[in-house]
Amino acid sequence: MTSTPAASAPLLSIRDLSTWFHTGGRSVARAVDGVSFDVMPHETVGLVGESGCGKSVTSLSILRLIERPGRIEPGSRIDFEGRDLLSLDDRAIRAIRGNRISMIFQEPMTSLNPVFTVGDQIAEVARVHSTASRREAWERAVDMLQQVGVPAPADRAREYPHQLSGGLRQRAMIAMALMMHPALLIADEPTTALDVTIQAQILELLAELQTRVGMSILLITHDLGVIAESATRVLVMYAGQIVEEAPVRTLFDAAHHPYTEGLLSAMPRLGDRRERLTVIPGTVPSPTQWPAGCRFHDRCAYAWDRCRTDAPPLYQIGAGHVSRCHLAAEPARRRAPAFAAAAPAS
Amino acid sequence: MHPLVWIAAAVLTTLACGAIARAGDGDSGSPWRIALTRLRDNHAAFAALCVIVALLIVAALAPWLAPYSPIAQPDIVRLKNLPPSLAHPFGTDFASRDVFSRALYGARVSLSVALLAIVVSASVGTAYGAIAGYVGGRIDTLMMRLIDAGLSVPRILLLIAVLALWAPVPLPVLVLLLGLTGWFGVSRVVRAQVLSLRERDMVVAARALGASDREILWRHILPNVLSPVIVSITLGIANVLIVEAGLSYLGVGVRPPSASWGNMILDGADEIASLWWISTFPGLAIVVTVMAFNLLGDGLRDALDPRQVDG
Repeated sequence: MTSTPAASAPLLSIRDLSTWFHTGGRSVARAVDGVSFDVMPHETVGLVGESGCGKSVTSLSILRLIERPGRIEPGSRIDFEGRDLLSLDDRAIRAIRGNRISMIFQEPMTSLNPVFTVGDQIAEVARVHSTASRREAWERAVDMLQQVGVPAPADRAREYPHQLSGGLRQRAMIAMALMMHPALLIADEPTTALDVTIQAQILELLAELQTRVGMSILLITHDLGVIAESATRVLVMYAGQIVEEAPVRTLFDAAHHPYTEGLLSAMPRLGDRRERLTVIPGTVPSPTQWPAGCRFHDRCAYAWDRCRTDAPPLYQIGAGHVSRCHLAAEPARRRAPAFAAAAPAS
Repeated sequence: MHPLVWIAAAVLTTLACGAIARAGDGDSGSPWRIALTRLRDNHAAFAALCVIVALLIVAALAPWLAPYSPIAQPDIVRLKNLPPSLAHPFGTDFASRDVFSRALYGARVSLSVALLAIVVSASVGTAYGAIAGYVGGRIDTLMMRLIDAGLSVPRILLLIAVLALWAPVPLPVLVLLLGLTGWFGVSRVVRAQVLSLRERDMVVAARALGASDREILWRHILPNVLSPVIVSITLGIANVLIVEAGLSYLGVGVRPPSASWGNMILDGADEIASLWWISTFPGLAIVVTVMAFNLLGDGLRDALDPRQVDG
């Protein structure tokens, strides 16, 4: 396609993405089950949810990094810069990875190769994706380290991952990911393994690089604090589905889905004198047998008969705000305070 | 015998060991440099390494170091079975051959057979294990069952059978046979390592940045399985050395008149009580060499332990 995308055309568009794990026998783990969302150019989208809700599998699916027994099911569609990623052959998808779409991970120590210097590893990305000579690639690597705020980059480039602090390692990972100026950066829990002070620095760095490079960020985290600081739009995932999507302010001020409500009330707040944090009772159900009806009904304080039988669609709540909850149709059933009442039970 | 060559060999050994010791000095963060430093600081392993270096130099220079020819039989009546003396430091054997010279040439044969055999084992084992571990699935299962089958055949018996039927075997064939029956252990170690490495974030991260399977195998998997391979090679050398000595002792390995430490022991086996020197010196050589490789292997295992690198 030759048409230049209009400002309103999404950079990444995911429709009905289902990634299932066929683990033998008759059980199929439907880790991601019909997820659809868009990422616009220059935008930061937050994807939140508990462990096991499918957010990491979603991000790995975008880059087609799902390995057997996992499979992206037929009918899923992932369009990026006007191309259908799921129909690309191996070579073509490799040319996109690290080049147009990059990814950074939670644990920078284990994501780096212990036997090569960080400079070597950053330079390698340029050598995979361009015809840069060894020397040019090295110079670009040092330059990139400088851009991600690593002091004395020429010296640091010659060091090994184990010689760097956690924050510097994550900066090195970011340098690797941004070497080719990707249009989309997928950041999977980029700050979870770091100290709180370093977390803020890394988030700031990502925001700064985003404006400089002009990329979109898909920020995957379980930490709503991180979302509040960085994202413009938030997707809440539960049990393999998107359960709520809203602009970040709307989500914090007027969350609709009871699960989002629970996540927000489980967040510790400054000046809060409660001794125990509120919890959402129960755990994410097993992806091999999601509950019938609404997948959240057995943990939901508002659930009624309909929730146990009818799977809710995504209801439109407001501008850019959707929620997968029958309360949208029967708002009278909401009675406060739902989770405070559930808290004392252990 | 040339005293100057002996001096040269001694100087060479000292220089080589000194260089190894100094190489461990730098403060580079390279994992290999760190391992070398740890190895140097392990006195037993470092001493073993120096013994091995000395043995290798002696073996390489054997033709210039040996006072006599290893196969010459100068006077089979008057010079046979002489006890150790200044002229014959390790005595002479039943055919009036100088045991010291034969031990030097024997080092050549025994060490080169062991080293070459382990190169065969390590290459085959690493390739096989890496493929099984990286491909995984049914192919891996099949490949590992084949290894189990291979391991269930007693190696020595198999070798004796093949060698006895195929006598006399040329040395390259002996090397191949030793190498091709000794790679199962290496391939198991490599496969286990590859299995755990391919699940590492490092590999997922490399794939997410566009690396191909080949690049991942060469840059991320193989350099990281090198440590256990090096350790098992070192310990494997000691093992092959014993197997070769055993086969030669049984008369099916290295054939006389070529000297190997194993068949030299055989030469003196009948009269070990009275003519002790014929078997004892090659026996000691085997003991010292095997012990040196085992000590070095243990030292390398500690020095290369990846769990200590990120500390």
